[in-house]
Amino acid sequence: MNWTEIDTWIVIIGALCAAGCAVPGTILVLRRMSLMGDAISHTVLPGIAIAFLVTGSRDPLAMLIGAVVVGLLTAFLVQAIQSLGKIDVGASMGIVFTVLFAFGLVLMRQAIDHVDIDPDCVLNGAIEFAWFDQNPDGWGIPRGAIVNGVMLVANLFFMLLFYKEFKITAFDPALAKSQGINPGFMHYMLMTMTAATAVAAFETVGSILVVAMFIVPPATAYLLTERYGVLVALSLGVGVLAAGLGHLSAITVPTWFGFSGTTTAGAMAVASGGLFVFAWALSPSQGLLVRFLHKQRTHAHILAEDVLGIFWRVEERSQSFVQTGDLPSALGVSSRVLKKALHQLLKQGEIIQCTTHLELSQSGRMRATKLVRSHRLWEVYLDKHYPQDANQLHHSASRLEHITTEEMQSNLGDENTDPHGSPVPSDVEE
Amino acid sequence: MPIEAGHSETSPVSIHDLTVAYHRKPVLWDVDLDIPEGKLVAVVGPNGAGKSTLIKAILDIVPRASGEVLLYGKPFKKQRKLVAYVPQRESVDWDFPIDALGVVLMGRYSTIGWCKPTGKKDKLLAMDALERVGMSEYAHRQINQLSGGQQQRVFLARALAQDSTIYFMDEPFASVDAATERAIIQVLSDLREKGKTVVVVHHDLQTVPEYFDHVIMLNMRVVAHGPVEDVFTNDNLKKTYGGRLTLLSEAADRLAKNKVLG
Repeated sequence: MNWTEIDTWIVIIGALCAAGCAVPGTILVLRRMSLMGDAISHTVLPGIAIAFLVTGSRDPLAMLIGAVVVGLLTAFLVQAIQSLGKIDVGASMGIVFTVLFAFGLVLMRQAIDHVDIDPDCVLNGAIEFAWFDQNPDGWGIPRGAIVNGVMLVANLFFMLLFYKEFKITAFDPALAKSQGINPGFMHYMLMTMTAATAVAAFETVGSILVVAMFIVPPATAYLLTERYGVLVALSLGVGVLAAGLGHLSAITVPTWFGFSGTTTAGAMAVASGGLFVFAWALSPSQGLLVRFLHKQRTHAHILAEDVLGIFWRVEERSQSFVQTGDLPSALGVSSRVLKKALHQLLKQGEIIQCTTHLELSQSGRMRATKLVRSHRLWEVYLDKHYPQDANQLHHSASRLEHITTEEMQSNLGDENTDPHGSPVPSDVEE
Repeated sequence: MPIEAGHSETSPVSIHDLTVAYHRKPVLWDVDLDIPEGKLVAVVGPNGAGKSTLIKAILDIVPRASGEVLLYGKPFKKQRKLVAYVPQRESVDWDFPIDALGVVLMGRYSTIGWCKPTGKKDKLLAMDALERVGMSEYAHRQINQLSGGQQQRVFLARALAQDSTIYFMDEPFASVDAATERAIIQVLSDLREKGKTVVVVHHDLQTVPEYFDHVIMLNMRVVAHGPVEDVFTNDNLKKTYGGRLTLLSEAADRLAKNKVLG
């Protein structure tokens, strides 16, 4: 790998672009209208094309105005079609943005003859060449960095200025409206930010991949936090990280397989997808790993309680001692799993090892008594309110006994015998 | 704006000939009534009777096809600060990343004004409102971790934080636990004691005489309105919930087709 100043600038431009997109992106994701970002980023194309045709140059201000006007037109048309009542918002967006995008492509054909523009840029952007595009008085800073940087600052400014207003119109538009904070006004402001950002990002990542920059970093951040402010900051962070990782992998990964580098914009979008998967797996609140571990713990907990229940019932019938060899088949688990459960219970001191056998300890007996009491009270309760056959009753109660709180138990009543005729053990004081 | 005959400037909510239509189909017709000051007012009626729409039309959330609404003699736009609103609980996304205190603070936004941050005083008022509904210990809990009843109490606290004169609540009692029901009743009676006017869309007919002073019985039109002891009669209930008004909804359908309104 041969890292040059050009690579550094590519990462800086990518990071500024991704961070700039993450600001309106966060609000789009929270308002559950992410695809509006998709629609608008497509429809800036006709806006840009019209600006090209009218001015005959790549004047950034003309492009910005053209794109924002068409972007707002998109937002307006989507709502107008939707308010007809029969067409849902998805279809409405599909109509508006595909037609306008196609119109943009048609115009582009005309524009190409007049202006220096590369249709490939529409798809991929041109971040790799951004370094060479410098204004004479730009102090050596590429134009892309200035454009995306200004956009980021502007987005942050509006986001912070209208922090409350964006929050309330996203969460509760009816209340906002009754308080004089017009959700429609905030909607069109967001659409303006989105359209302007899409134009700024257009030459960097292209009009398609900008959608990934709008949606993926905020969605990733949403998996990791439940705080609004943190969510915004984290979205920016994920965007910047995706830019860095994206360019790094664009120039390294293909070389491992004997190819030259690939498109940085594409790799940035892929990297943001990778970060999303990473967050999905490792999110502290809803990640796959956390959920897996939680499930494992719950299973182990239930198994341990079932083992205690068996010990208690054997004691109740004052038969011989529990034959640990019979337990796996009685509980429907492998002997390895059971061994682990017994080991755990021994360690917790819920059962104790006597010379020839295992038996309940004082605390184990107490816990088991509570369980069996819950189980049999549930059977009474279910039998009374939802009569069913005895097996079914036992099955239902076996599941409910593990999730019964003290309060629930006291609400279950105070019967002495369960429907099968077994005595309900009396409550134990701790 | 001149006050029409029979409507008073002292009425907290004076509705004159209000008609509301969705997609040209009328859902509320010719509503004409004054809501008395300092009373707990129930709005009852079957599904689709336009109960929520009545509140939304008063608060300019849905457009009116015709008619006008005056709050203490002035249009809503000039009286926003007098009004607090509790929307239906299902109307918002409870997975939104915000805690209970954050939701209650939203009740302060119109007082704070555009673009200004929430201050210490607003936080104190919001905490106080949470305290009044017995939710102060949940202030920093994410709203998706609250039970349905707790969420409803947060909404109620938000209305209290608005510190208004007229309160509109859309089905606050819908599927809440006993503790929440008690909290709402407590808040309602506190508000009445302070002379506030409270308009509540209510679905549980049995509790109307117990909780409310005044009732508006609605089924696209106002069937009856007045003190509960006078108008909350079997006869009026039959008129409100009975089948007689299906003729009216048929007329509404025809109007929608003929595009008379909207």
